[in-house]
Amino acid sequence: MPTPTRLFRTTAFKLSLAYLFVIVVLSLGLIAYISSTTARLFDRQLETAIDREIAELNAEYEASSLFKVMRTIGRRAMRPDASVYLVTDFSGNPLAGNVSELMYDPADVSQNVAFPVRYMRFTPGEGEGEEAHRALAKLSVLGGGYRLLVGRDVEDRIEFATIIRRSIRGAIIVVVALGLLSWIFLSRSVLRKVDGVAASSQKIIAGDLARRLPTDGSGDEFDRLAHSVNAMLDEINRLHGGLQEVSQNIAHDLKTPLTRLRNRLEEAMRSPPAADRAPEVLGPAIEECDQLIRTFEALLTIARVESHSTGVTLERTDLSALLEDIAEFYDPAAEDAGMQLNAEIAPGVAIAGEPTLLRTMMANLLDNALKYGASPTGTLDLSLSRAGNEAQIVVRDFGAGVAAADLPRLTDRFVRMDAARTKPGAGLGLAMVKAVVGHHAGALTLENADPGFRVTIRLPVQA
Amino acid sequence: MKVLIVEDDVDAAAYLSRGLTEAGHSVDVAGDGETGHEFASGNDYDVLIIDRMLPKKDGLTLINELRNAGKQVPIMVLSALSQVDDRVKGLRAGGDDYLTKPYAFTELLARVEALGRRKQTAEFEAIYRVGDLVLDRLSHTVTRNEEKVLLQPREFRLLEYLMRHAGQVVTRTMLLENVWDYHFDPQTNVIDVHISRLRGKIDKGFSKPLLHTVRGAGYVIRADAD
Repeated sequence: MPTPTRLFRTTAFKLSLAYLFVIVVLSLGLIAYISSTTARLFDRQLETAIDREIAELNAEYEASSLFKVMRTIGRRAMRPDASVYLVTDFSGNPLAGNVSELMYDPADVSQNVAFPVRYMRFTPGEGEGEEAHRALAKLSVLGGGYRLLVGRDVEDRIEFATIIRRSIRGAIIVVVALGLLSWIFLSRSVLRKVDGVAASSQKIIAGDLARRLPTDGSGDEFDRLAHSVNAMLDEINRLHGGLQEVSQNIAHDLKTPLTRLRNRLEEAMRSPPAADRAPEVLGPAIEECDQLIRTFEALLTIARVESHSTGVTLERTDLSALLEDIAEFYDPAAEDAGMQLNAEIAPGVAIAGEPTLLRTMMANLLDNALKYGASPTGTLDLSLSRAGNEAQIVVRDFGAGVAAADLPRLTDRFVRMDAARTKPGAGLGLAMVKAVVGHHAGALTLENADPGFRVTIRLPVQA
Repeated sequence: MKVLIVEDDVDAAAYLSRGLTEAGHSVDVAGDGETGHEFASGNDYDVLIIDRMLPKKDGLTLINELRNAGKQVPIMVLSALSQVDDRVKGLRAGGDDYLTKPYAFTELLARVEALGRRKQTAEFEAIYRVGDLVLDRLSHTVTRNEEKVLLQPREFRLLEYLMRHAGQVVTRTMLLENVWDYHFDPQTNVIDVHISRLRGKIDKGFSKPLLHTVRGAGYVIRADAD
């Protein structure tokens, strides 16, 4: 159950508040616009009615007499929605009309412009004490100094405005109440889901790495988020597992040579070799150290390349020239190993690359081919071709290949096939190749070519 | 040769100093960048060995300052940083060679001696001679005992580098870096095969071989075999 202070901190609360504010402001604006327009319309209608009556009465006065006018007023005053009438002589004494008292600010008065007045309706048979009514009135001067005031009651209009004001107040109260309700509902349902996520996360942080966030299959945004986070956790778990395996492998693969090294040194201490035999005894120990250093260097390079933090940006590299060079470099070694290196290198293929890494990659592949690719035919093919926007490097030997089951593991660190156990190396060559290919946004394929083993590398060319 | 080691790791400095002294060089040691600057400015050394990470004054800064002060002495940069761009930075700052820790002492010795003798070697001479082996850098021809030896372009450059450092030990890594401009470590014996091919062309059929293997270090080309 969420506590009130937590409810206030929710996003739903802030959103509800914002929406509430917007809705209230909008409704107020709309109502204000409508009521002011209506009020203007009313005023215009009133004025038109007043003008018409004044015109009629004026016409009657001109046509006949003041008496006739007074009679007409008397007749009209009997109607239920009668206007306000007052006829005075030039000194202001009332002569006819239906008001007992009339109050207005003389400053407002001018001919032919409507001005507000307050009046007491004169109703025969009803006592005094009636309330003053509000009206809009116009003054007209008849011939002979008589004054005619015609007005229309505006109490209805004022009451209408009051009703509108009241309904606005009511509506705002309802809107605010609904907003609060929706906020509480939203916040609580959101909080419940978020609390579920937080609780699961806490358990994962605490070490329960197999746990996943709860999903309800509803497909809403929280469900989608939970699915994404779960997928991410799976990937992290996979990487974590890989890392664990790598560290175990590193520990194992470094322990073995360190043990050999220690044994040699201990033996040398137990029976120190004669000065002339020292290189014989200690030389292998130094070689062991050098191999360890090389392994560390390779591990560091792979790690740096994989994390894309080599600090060297890719530069335009003439891959054709680079491969020609490497082929020439390895040619004598191949011949020495009883193999014939056939290089078919298409000219002018350039990529965005890091030459040192690319050379290291090629050296690893050719070293591997020389070590494991021995065959009766003694052939080793190296080719570079261009297919569309891809440069394709193929290194293929005609040796025994690798067991099919081992293919997927070849690029893992420290993986050495049985055939390789007897040969020097740390099992990092293809891991390095994979990292370098990845660094250059390329694709690496390792496959048995029956006979032999084929490595295919595709790299995006640079125009 | 007179060598200055600027290195803050006392053990490493002592190890280097002992090795270089045994090899017949006289050695001074400075423990930080400022002392190194003082020593290098006040004396004439043949080679400076400067660690990249130094207290008080960073190794690259020290090299920069010495170069700006007009010091021409060859400088070997030592560093635990092994990336390509670290090497480039080291050389750009004014270093002449760059060696990554940990290194084999034989490697360091060979490189320091190569640097120290660079001054008096025939970098600008047109013809190199070792015994009856003659290499003409202008006409790109090689003769042994006045007989023409046919070499591939890369073999020519390999021999040229060896003969420029005649009498000095040249390591495999030095060959890799200077002849091929490669900065990686091939696992197979590629360099040895290149050398044995070259040897087949210049030494085969002659009673006195010129190109010798130095066990645990590298190769040397010299006329008087001892």
